[in-house]
Amino acid sequence: MEHYVTLLIRAVFIENLALAFFLGMCTFIALSKKVETAIGLGVAVVVVQTITVPVNNLIYHYLLNDGALAWAGLPDMSLKFLGFLCYIGVIAAIVQILEMFLDKYVPALYNALGVFLPLITVNCAILAGSLFMVERDYSFGESVVYGIGSGVGWALAIAALAGVREKLKYSDVPDGLRGLGITFITVGLMSLGFMSFGGMSF
Amino acid sequence: MKIREILLEPIFSKNPIALQVLGICSALAVTTSLETSIVMSIALTMVTAFSSMLISTIRNFLPSSIRIIVQMTVIASLVIVVDQILQAYLFDISKKLSVFVGLIITNCIVMGRAEAFAMKNPPIPSFLDGIGNGLGYSLVLLTVGSIRELFGAGRLLGYEIIPLIENGGWYQANGLLLLPPSAFFLIGLFIWVLRSVKKEQVEAPEYRLAPHVSAKEAV
Repeated sequence: MEHYVTLLIRAVFIENLALAFFLGMCTFIALSKKVETAIGLGVAVVVVQTITVPVNNLIYHYLLNDGALAWAGLPDMSLKFLGFLCYIGVIAAIVQILEMFLDKYVPALYNALGVFLPLITVNCAILAGSLFMVERDYSFGESVVYGIGSGVGWALAIAALAGVREKLKYSDVPDGLRGLGITFITVGLMSLGFMSFGGMSF
Repeated sequence: MKIREILLEPIFSKNPIALQVLGICSALAVTTSLETSIVMSIALTMVTAFSSMLISTIRNFLPSSIRIIVQMTVIASLVIVVDQILQAYLFDISKKLSVFVGLIITNCIVMGRAEAFAMKNPPIPSFLDGIGNGLGYSLVLLTVGSIRELFGAGRLLGYEIIPLIENGGWYQANGLLLLPPSAFFLIGLFIWVLRSVKKEQVEAPEYRLAPHVSAKEAV
């Protein structure tokens, strides 16, 4: 149990996808002007990440890994090279299914998430979650925890940045730095802050 | 449009990273050393160029409802090729780049160019557009990569340029430059420099400070 808690904290704070690995930066910068949209996107990322990482974990362990196809009588087969194609396909399909499911059964959440749901397919944070899971060879249980943790960490980071940017627009920034430039500097400072979590070793 | 224009415009005046905010994830992550930056730049330029060309050749047969998934498949296949080549010939660097080669798939530059340019233009211009945007991305990557390696470790491509204190020189390496935050700062400053030169890229302010109230008005 302790192992999972450690993994969760690592994923949320120490190895924060946005601030330590620069993942999902495009949407992170583009959609963090308002706290409301930022939280909507954050929730969507948590939901999708929690589903896709474990699903890709199963696909990796039962279809793609060396000898994974032993159950089908093909112990020498390795389909690892198809990894990227499979993961991105799974992500696109799950996002699509989730969209239809929410539209039918939870229309309130569907309307709240709006355009963000389809956008998530091309969010690098989601694909990276699956790739890190493969690289670090997580078991199924670990992948569930990692999916939740990395999603929550990303959501936390974008909500915090949106809060800062809502105030930032009232300040007098040098011309060339206005908008994009100062946002990067702000994210850098946030990242510096998050690095202090690195001292918490388990 | 002229070839020259297609090729050179994305490098300075329409730089994908600085102006269009595309593909910054990998731009920040792989720039801790110049070597990885170079490999990543080449990989991305190749993928963008060839995916634009391929998508442009099939653009007239693509129903628009499934175009995204087709583009995604083309890009993912090209990235698999790049990844396999890197693993075969440059295994060390491929280990250092870790997941970031795979993340070229979701790099917005590749998708963005496919969607914005390749779907409307013939294959050859699309190919050049891909190269141009790849070079625009490379410019930022190489700049940030050289600064971080030079001042963070005193080296370039592994060769010592600034003599370090521990080797009897005078320079104390600035470790912060090898850590994630410095990448954000450097890109921010890069944008600042670029926009100071090209004034038309400056964003309009959302709010203006009111002018100082003079003594007479205040009464």
